[in-house]
Amino acid sequence: MNPNYLDFEQPIAELEAKIEELRLVGEDSEINISDEIERLQQKNVALTEQVFSDLSAWQVAQVARHPQRPYTLDYVKHMIEDFDELHGDRHFADDAAIVGGIGRLEGQPVMVIGHQKGREVKEKVRRNFGMPRPEGYRKALRLMEMAERFKMPIITFIDTPGAYPGIDAEERGQSEAIAYNLAVMSRLKTPIISTVVGEGGSGGALAIGVCDQLLMLQYGTYSVISPEGCASILWKSAERASDAAKAMGITSGRLHELGLVDKVVPEPLGGAHRDVPLMAASLKQQLIETLDQLQALSMDELLQKRYDRLMSYGIA
Amino acid sequence: MSNWLDKIVPSLIRSETKKKQDIPEGLWKKCPKCEAVLYRPELDKNLNVCPKCDHHMRLRARKRLELFLDPDNRIEIGADVEPVDRLKFRDSKKYKDRLSAAQKGTGEKDALVAMRGEVEGVPLVAVAFEFSFLGGSMGAVVGERFVRAVNVCLEQRLPLICFAASGGARMQEALFSLMQMAKTSAALEKMKAEGIPYISVLTDPVFGGVSASLAMLGDLNVAEPNALIGFAGPRVIEQTVREKLPEGFQRSEFLLDHGAVDMILPREQMRERLAAILRKLQSLPAA
Repeated sequence: MNPNYLDFEQPIAELEAKIEELRLVGEDSEINISDEIERLQQKNVALTEQVFSDLSAWQVAQVARHPQRPYTLDYVKHMIEDFDELHGDRHFADDAAIVGGIGRLEGQPVMVIGHQKGREVKEKVRRNFGMPRPEGYRKALRLMEMAERFKMPIITFIDTPGAYPGIDAEERGQSEAIAYNLAVMSRLKTPIISTVVGEGGSGGALAIGVCDQLLMLQYGTYSVISPEGCASILWKSAERASDAAKAMGITSGRLHELGLVDKVVPEPLGGAHRDVPLMAASLKQQLIETLDQLQALSMDELLQKRYDRLMSYGIA
Repeated sequence: MSNWLDKIVPSLIRSETKKKQDIPEGLWKKCPKCEAVLYRPELDKNLNVCPKCDHHMRLRARKRLELFLDPDNRIEIGADVEPVDRLKFRDSKKYKDRLSAAQKGTGEKDALVAMRGEVEGVPLVAVAFEFSFLGGSMGAVVGERFVRAVNVCLEQRLPLICFAASGGARMQEALFSLMQMAKTSAALEKMKAEGIPYISVLTDPVFGGVSASLAMLGDLNVAEPNALIGFAGPRVIEQTVREKLPEGFQRSEFLLDHGAVDMILPREQMRERLAAILRKLQSLPAA
């Protein structure tokens, strides 16, 4: 088992290991095996295409949580110039599970806010696995209100298992922090574009996700509760997570069909982590186009559209 | 009860039979907190509050509004909005079947009842969650009825009072239910901009998506005594932090101590106190 590959990717991992092995042998020997490597590489592409052509909702959820998946700061690095990270909610602390700051998107000043997971164990713990506490949401709110004052569009990246369910989070008003963001974001006088880049975990995701346009990466997920949580409540067994994932319709394709997601951004073959610069470049292109469309509207039109859209949810 | 019986007898019937074993007749009810056996007509007169230990038992939504509003000039809002199973959701049961069972069991079409009315002569709109309807969960109908209630408030400049009792968002409506959080919160923000009061009354229990949206956004947040209120449920928190939760955690008194609610009001004072508060907030003469 290669830990950098998911269960259903193991055949791909094996093939790639074989190619790597051949390469090493090739370097040492006189025999020309580049044809063989070429053949295997083509086979690998075909195999990856085949594996990824028909992922179940639960497999997509695995890709969304892939340990190599790019996080907010990876996108910032690849698509935002001149970025200054800003810290703290001015009341209690700086929550590392949400990052934010000012930068430029193709020259235009923007406020960027996103959930942030960690890569190594220590970093994962410091980032609390991307599960914000109230101070994270309050930092986000502070930055969003600042964006409104300085007429900067807001770009958010959603990638969280959910808001942190802890004693301290409850003591400091997790519910209120989320609720307040939802209310304020509905009327902020600046364009807001949100992109689900990984896991969209419930209220903890929505608290930075009330927007004018909702984008979603091909293998992102967005749901009201995690598949495991849903399964343990409705099926009385977390083992039924794959059934829950399917029933809830958490994938980009399904949510686009239902009219809940505006644009699906295709991922490189094998998922965003297989080619981060390519992923970032195509998302950047989408963000620029979407922002152009939103900035063509008057402020009144923008806000009216945002409100009408919120009011239309759930009414067939 | 043995396991095989658990499986074949639906849970509702099971708890009914259990009750009958514990309590002599339908005229009597046992207080879930102090276990005192109470005479039902007496309990009704006491607003479903245990006269022995002051435990505030749950109230059905319609009963809540009936006790809260003046008897005259009531008009129901949004009764025509009915649930639709857009996702054809199915877990161990079909959502459609869960809906009809809940409708039969409660006599309600969904988990929120909204009414325009008066309290001690102060005109207002009041909404109440029906916890017996799929745990008072918020789906598209709850969200839409809530927004219609807000719209009546905006059109007629009437204050809004919400009695929340909910486990959170309705999983069977998946992302549609999540979006109700944003929808109801956005509507409340309009009330705020117009300077129309909104009082959120938190009753036992309020969690998840309802807690993290409309229920925490009151100009005043008021709780009934000893209600369980939070974002994540106590069991989830216990599993996450792997420690014992402090005494009184997520109870109304805990929320008051931590600054999440303005006051705790016993049920018998609810009408009088809220009417007096609304008079002040709207510059109306004292009663």
